[in-house]
Amino acid sequence: MVPSPNATAGPDPRSAPSGESAERVVLDDTAIRRALVRIAHELVEHNEHLGDLYLVAIPNGGVPLARAIAANLHQIAELEVPVGILDTTLYRDDLLSRGDRPPLRRTEMPSAVDGRVVVLVDDVVSTGRTIRAAMDALMDFGRPQAVQVVGLVDRGHRELPIKIDYVGKNLPTQRSERVELRGLAGGLEGALEVVVRADGGGEAR
Amino acid sequence: MMGRDLLAIEDLDRGDLERILETAVRMEEVGRRDVKKVPTLRGRTLINLFFEASTRTRTSFEIAGKRLSADVVNFTPSSSSLKKAESILDTAMTLDAMAPDAVVVRHAVAGVPKRIADALEAPVINAGDGAHEHPTQALLDLFTVWQEKGRLDGLTVTIVGDIVHSRVARSNLYAFSKLGAEVRLAAPPTMLPPAVEALGVKAYTSLREALEGADVVMLLRIQQERLDGCFFPSIREYAATFGLDRAKLRYARDDAIVMHPGPINRGVEIAHDLADRRPSVILDQVRNGVAVRMAVLYLFAGRNPRREG
Repeated sequence: MVPSPNATAGPDPRSAPSGESAERVVLDDTAIRRALVRIAHELVEHNEHLGDLYLVAIPNGGVPLARAIAANLHQIAELEVPVGILDTTLYRDDLLSRGDRPPLRRTEMPSAVDGRVVVLVDDVVSTGRTIRAAMDALMDFGRPQAVQVVGLVDRGHRELPIKIDYVGKNLPTQRSERVELRGLAGGLEGALEVVVRADGGGEAR
Repeated sequence: MMGRDLLAIEDLDRGDLERILETAVRMEEVGRRDVKKVPTLRGRTLINLFFEASTRTRTSFEIAGKRLSADVVNFTPSSSSLKKAESILDTAMTLDAMAPDAVVVRHAVAGVPKRIADALEAPVINAGDGAHEHPTQALLDLFTVWQEKGRLDGLTVTIVGDIVHSRVARSNLYAFSKLGAEVRLAAPPTMLPPAVEALGVKAYTSLREALEGADVVMLLRIQQERLDGCFFPSIREYAATFGLDRAKLRYARDDAIVMHPGPINRGVEIAHDLADRRPSVILDQVRNGVAVRMAVLYLFAGRNPRREG
């Protein structure tokens, strides 16, 4: 049986220290790994032709998640699912209205997308604008049979009609809060956690 | 720090150069796709304002702009329109009134892009001004060497040719020095600018000494119009002493690469059999030029409020 998304919650957020710039962990490494196992099972359940699957990560956060899902699919169904990386920055709708240009990230698409069921993997989904950008970018690489979306965290605040097919955790947040996936060691290798910060320094994604 | 315009490598710091190179790596990937186009500058206008003819650089900027989905307009004032006594600045301001998001300027006189940049709303990118600078050429040279060698720090780069008249040499001298490479200049004494050593580079009148241990040999074009001047006795003598062939290249490191900003004078600064294949990377430079100019347009284009500083 597939556990409900809320069963993957990490430590109780209410136990986190309060304060203006306080940070609370909403998903710890164990909870994230558990969610990714469940999502891999859901992918197997919902897709008839598993050989068509193609995981495409949105950097940076999507990359370790997509790799973990691919490893889980290998364990569950003996599948070798290709993992691509697709930077969406050049497809953003707010690029030139910003003062400065954000750094570009890696794009590596090892397989053709034509006829594949492409599963976009992102860490935190909010407005849906990144997913829109990712779909446009994807179409420049070919014509996928279908596109599905994995979001480790779904914050809500949708501004576009974008549906997340596989959600790690629904996390109601204030727009001013910042939610991010990060590695405990600083990078995205090794143990991961999702934290919420109340500093409002970031933007909803 | 990077400003609103790209006028000279001299104005950039190490961080700026690294940021441009890292952006170019991503743009290079776009150029390898089947659909070599991203929507980044959709609805934006790029004007190539070339007072001095240059098919290569203009085409490279044009392709770079188009790969970013910008509308690219080439404006090459004919000598007749300049005879109508419209000043360079008037021409530039007329174009600026049409609300471009970037203007790429080339002019035979040093400092013209700066004068235009001071007058325009749109950011200005210098595509070569007199003997001053040619920043995007230096950036694509940096990028090419970085791709080839995996690093820039600690490399020895020997620039050979008409240094004193070369904006390419000048921009490259700044670019490679800022990123930690040792720059050597090799030329007949008449083609070496005075007091270059003050810029932290070494000047040589012996090609052999300049090539000793070099990782990169960068050749400059000998301008035809200067051949009759008093800078050197004859093309044949220049080719014999400073023209690079496989025999002279042996003084450099075994894995040295040969570069040239083009167009090449075969048999003058570079031997026929050296131009077309490794260790020459001349066509890689041309290909990288598009990626580097895409990076520059990404970072500079757009009618932003004037940035602070």
